[in-house]
Amino acid sequence: MRANWKLLTENSIDGYHALTTHATYLDYLKSATGALAQVAFEGSARDLGKGHAVLEYKAPWGRPVAQWIPSWGEEGKRELSRLYDGLLTRFGKERADRIATFNRNLFIFPNLVINDIMAVTVRTYYPAAPDFMNISAWALAPREETEWARKYRLFNFLEFLGPGGFATPDDVEALEQCQRGFRNSAEAQWNDISKGMGKENPSYDDELQMRAFWSNWNEHVFRVPA
Amino acid sequence: MQAIARTEVEDFLFAEAELLDEWRLPEWLELFTDDAIYYVPATDLAVDASPDNNLFYVADDRFRLSERVKRLMKRTAHAEFPHSRTRHLVSNVRIRKQIGDELEVSSAFITYRTKDGVTDTYFGSNRYRLVPGNGTFRIKEKRCLLDSEGLRAQGRVSIIL
Repeated sequence: MRANWKLLTENSIDGYHALTTHATYLDYLKSATGALAQVAFEGSARDLGKGHAVLEYKAPWGRPVAQWIPSWGEEGKRELSRLYDGLLTRFGKERADRIATFNRNLFIFPNLVINDIMAVTVRTYYPAAPDFMNISAWALAPREETEWARKYRLFNFLEFLGPGGFATPDDVEALEQCQRGFRNSAEAQWNDISKGMGKENPSYDDELQMRAFWSNWNEHVFRVPA
Repeated sequence: MQAIARTEVEDFLFAEAELLDEWRLPEWLELFTDDAIYYVPATDLAVDASPDNNLFYVADDRFRLSERVKRLMKRTAHAEFPHSRTRHLVSNVRIRKQIGDELEVSSAFITYRTKDGVTDTYFGSNRYRLVPGNGTFRIKEKRCLLDSEGLRAQGRVSIIL
């Protein structure tokens, strides 16, 4: 991607851009019968220290573990109840609900992302130049998976994630356009990531996680606290 | 079924390429049968891999394909608004097989996409299943096999290949 590697950190853990950058993905879910659960966007962000951070939130898309949507039909409902019951047995209700119904965008400083969203993706990225990065991304799958679950997990992945999805190409565009904008850094040497600053409980769509990353990066690179 | 000349198939594929390059995507969609599929497998997969158990870049049935077209015609499809300029070159067209009322056709392609001073190249082969009728064809399957080792150079497949 033709952008600085640090922009993919921001993008991978930003909860604020989904409704605008991914308007067409949400349009798609709306027009596919039964592709949305009756769940509102809601959640929080946490600074995990040393530059790591995580968002945890609810969202209306289907999750192969284990938030059912009507378009997955009765077979899907049976499969997801089976998976959920497994979680319940192993972890108890509170943790099972958390695993099943919450999305997590997890960032491990400096360049590892594990996003447990409509599918689980692991991505890492390295700068090849100040304005170009190489990205590797994987789809994480459970070892024991039925044919149904594999198929729908893969579909859920490629509808949003991946270079040909309904969402990721727009992230790429946004990052590349930001990179163009940053060429003007001689005039504006800052970027505002103050959203939710000072809040006791920052929301998933605030920018606490960006500040966690950038503060730690700053300390490493300039040897001074940000 | 009457024997079909390669030139008829070529005319059809050239016309398809023109619809894509002119961003006449709703018309392009009409080339497909109601049960059509459009696939772009990941570059490390076998030619006949299935999206049911392999991760593809694109695995559209007719519904998702029509939604892809709808998306690409919107201002909110940021990657393609304003539209990029593209040129789909089609070559090495061959009729591989004729089974019942279907043709298996392959072609080689190079597609250029240019926008904001950057030009990307996609190249590979297309495998089609075509259904002849009314002096033309309809596409039952279009499987686009990229030759590149990945998509690091381009970073995305935001156009239809």
